Amino acid sequence: MSEDPIRVIQEKCVGCGLCVKACPFDAIEMQDRLARIDLARCTLCGACVEACKFDAIEMREKAGTADLSGYRDVWVIAEQHGGHIESVTYELLGEGRKLADALEMDLCAVLLGAGIADKASELTSRGADKVYVVDRPELEYFTDEPYAAVLVDLVRKHRPNIVLCGATTVGRSLVSRVAVPLNAGLTADCTGLDIDPETKNLRQTRPAFGGNIMATIVTPDTRPQMATVRHKVMKEAEPDPARTGEVVVHAVTEAILRSRARRVRFEAEKDNIVNIAEADIIVSGGRGLQKPENFALLHELAEVIGAGVGASRAAVDANWIPYSHQVGQTGKTVCPKIYIACGISGQIQHLAGMSSADVIVAINKDADAPIFKVATYGIVGDALQIVPMLTEAFRKALGK
Amino acid sequence: MNIIVCIKQVPDTTDIRIDPETNTLMREGVESIVNPFDMYAIEEALRIRESHGGSVTAISMGPPQAEAALREAIAMGVDEGILISDRAFAGSDTWATSYTLAEAIRKRGDVDLVLCGKQASDGDTAQVGPGIAVHLDLPQITYVRKIEEIEEKRIVAERLLETGFEVIESELPAVLTVVKEINEPRLPSLKGKMKARKAEIATWTAEDIGADRAKIGLDGSPTKVVRIFTPEPRKGGEMLEGEPEEQVAALVERLKDAVVGAQG
Repeated sequence: MSEDPIRVIQEKCVGCGLCVKACPFDAIEMQDRLARIDLARCTLCGACVEACKFDAIEMREKAGTADLSGYRDVWVIAEQHGGHIESVTYELLGEGRKLADALEMDLCAVLLGAGIADKASELTSRGADKVYVVDRPELEYFTDEPYAAVLVDLVRKHRPNIVLCGATTVGRSLVSRVAVPLNAGLTADCTGLDIDPETKNLRQTRPAFGGNIMATIVTPDTRPQMATVRHKVMKEAEPDPARTGEVVVHAVTEAILRSRARRVRFEAEKDNIVNIAEADIIVSGGRGLQKPENFALLHELAEVIGAGVGASRAAVDANWIPYSHQVGQTGKTVCPKIYIACGISGQIQHLAGMSSADVIVAINKDADAPIFKVATYGIVGDALQIVPMLTEAFRKALGK
Repeated sequence: MNIIVCIKQVPDTTDIRIDPETNTLMREGVESIVNPFDMYAIEEALRIRESHGGSVTAISMGPPQAEAALREAIAMGVDEGILISDRAFAGSDTWATSYTLAEAIRKRGDVDLVLCGKQASDGDTAQVGPGIAVHLDLPQITYVRKIEEIEEKRIVAERLLETGFEVIESELPAVLTVVKEINEPRLPSLKGKMKARKAEIATWTAEDIGADRAKIGLDGSPTKVVRIFTPEPRKGGEMLEGEPEEQVAALVERLKDAVVGAQG
């Protein structure tokens, strides 16, 4: 079938097997001394094309490239809750500034909300050259349909080159709805962004398979190039109160604000003093804590060192602590400066959620626990004994 | 209430190993499972059917072997499985995947509710659920941790946010993506397994769903993977030895500056 996006040219293939070794997805096998590609597994990453010394693997290029020259500027979608601009926005501005400079384009922020026009200066002080503001009562809090429709409208009018958004609950829900009608490429949960010096394409690097592999993704033929960016990975842009920029108020029609869903109410989580997605330090507990009451030990330590409290799946499944605290593949992915794992063995699914922390501390009775393989500092010992001692020692050391 | 659950067959990440020589994923012997988040979507669909009547159809886009995922859904109690499979889908990114699933749902017709897991455990994008919603021009509620009320043309559900949850009321039909907290998936019954073994799974091709060739597979995918690599494995660091007092003192010594910095 000539339509297949990748194929082995049988006349050229010598059956050497280099491509089989090069394939990260185990998608190639040898059959009758010819390479055979399993399209169901192939992601078209091109590793085999590069590895083949006989030019025997051919990837089809997409037909037709649109004119991309009219798309300018790097946009950052600001996330605000109750008029408070979330820190992920400042991380995006820090990263967006670098991209805009590399492309010699402007950095723009987009701010949607109700009664938020005066917040635009917070965005210009952090590096935005221009802020597009849509200030309407209907946009008081995030609602999927009108937020997405307003953004689609703005993008169609101003044609940005790059659109960045936080990979938060709101961000991911929002931009997926924006990318589809724009026929735009969207890459989720990026941890690295840069500009290809030759093509000027945005190179978007992200973890997949629970962080076991990294993929670099581009959107070569369409604009805007859209990406969500993992919270806490990029450095925040520092504010400069002297810095100003242009504020563009964008007017929208009533039809654009139509929504078939509405928020009835919001309930903040009761005992969630520090949100673990935001936390710079996380103290996390697992099965080794033995019973729910022992989470109190973690809360005490967390209070002294200003940490959020996380948990392994085992602790959540045992109903020791609510699901919103769960770190790992079926819970939250966190990226704190310090992660202290107490009585957590470190299953691969847990590591997927926290292994990008700067410093990992493991406290576990079992010296062979996999958590020690990723720990910056390890203590073989009983968390129930060590954690209270640690709380006391920090209390003294920090003068509390 | 006619419900469609979108499911994906994924490699079981508990089995994933990295080949130390080539630094690539070793998929040999890795079992395929239903994406864990989709199990919650299946369970929720079954519960709604039990309380409100109607039908539950599972659809999956994937290679012929993804049929096994649909049989597993049937074993749990789903009425019908449809496999969306065609070589022409190869190379699909989330744009093309959500288009393809949306077209299949459109062909199925008469749908009140579409349920998806919040994301797949291999790609981790969380983009396909909302993508389906917008391709079908339906409202969405993402990250649902509880359905409070559901009736013919209306649903009230709780969306899990970073700092709490919000209660959202939406018209139906709608697309919901669900998180783990929503329920505990049942195990398949013996009767279910028997039924699954005998069930006919329809396979729909690109032509069957009337897909626009320019919107599927490679041609319908704006993004392109240019490089795959294994992250530098995190090295184990320093083990703090000695009596507990010494271990604790050594740790505080090493962390103190960073803790003060984080609080600043």
